[in-house]
Amino acid sequence: MAKKQTKQKKEPKMIRVLGTVVEKLPDAVFKVELENGHELLAHVCGKIRMRYIRIMPGDSVTVEISPYDLTRGRIVWLHK
Amino acid sequence: MSGPRIRGAQIHLKTADELEAMRDSGRIHARAVATLKEAIAPGVSTAELDRIAEEVIRDAGATPSFKGYQGFPASICAQVNDCVVHGIPSEDEILKEGDIFGADLGAIYKDWHSDGAFTVAVGEVDDESKRLIDVTRESLDRALEQVRPGNTIRDIAHAVQSFVEAAGFSVVRALVGHGIGSQMHEPPQVPNFVDNGRGGVYDTILQPGMTLAIEPMVNAGGPDVVQDADGWKVRTKDGSRSAHFEHTVAVTEDGCWILTAP
Repeated sequence: MAKKQTKQKKEPKMIRVLGTVVEKLPDAVFKVELENGHELLAHVCGKIRMRYIRIMPGDSVTVEISPYDLTRGRIVWLHK
Repeated sequence: MSGPRIRGAQIHLKTADELEAMRDSGRIHARAVATLKEAIAPGVSTAELDRIAEEVIRDAGATPSFKGYQGFPASICAQVNDCVVHGIPSEDEILKEGDIFGADLGAIYKDWHSDGAFTVAVGEVDDESKRLIDVTRESLDRALEQVRPGNTIRDIAHAVQSFVEAAGFSVVRALVGHGIGSQMHEPPQVPNFVDNGRGGVYDTILQPGMTLAIEPMVNAGGPDVVQDADGWKVRTKDGSRSAHFEHTVAVTEDGCWILTAP
């Protein structure tokens, strides 16, 4: 009897979500409120720091979250 | 005796005695195959063929391994025309001239499995069907040529895929061959295609004592298949015919030992 092919399980991917910056904390960490109401702590990613882009409360940002911990994220895009 | 691990599961290498026991199982399987081939003719129902195969297997003191396997209700898979694998035999499914009929069957003898399949023409068939059957049979022969210590599963898969595609047919991706022994399905999986496959199963090196069920499934049209509503039968998506050949083989010091040979 033939066997159904089973591939190796893939790693779950990071989730990207839109959010609004609520509060600026020390060390380039921000409290961000997501579209769905959740709040989390997000640090600024290196590429944004490299460009000296400043982020302020009220800004709209894209946050990357790991499915393993939904309370921490990484800010990857600042929307104008 | 244990061998390489694949994806965390141990590949079981069989001792010489164990291989002898598997050969005994394979001989019974071959007997059932031969009897079936004689019985295939227009007007015969697939249920009748199922009964014949089951009788041969049981008379020899073995048990049909498909019956009851994950709920499969019969001793053979009846694979007519566009059915790729796992067709359930039925009284209403009657072979007619021009059909191609494939049978996949398995036997357990003294707790050792054998698994094999073949496809034949029912009466006179069109040239394309004849070619499909011949190409599929030869693709298995070519796969078996690759079975020797030191080769990899990629060699087997490549042999099948390159030959089949050169003939203008396609290899089914959704189903694969497998290791076999005290269980019907054991690691490693034996794909009949390489595509972009890297590492893992493809780099598994064949060692003496490995027993594999190598089963090229070839479609006249495209490689895609769909599952029927009964939860078992697998058909070609484009309705083209499909052929299937399978042998249970052991890797030996000298190469390949076909355990299900007549």
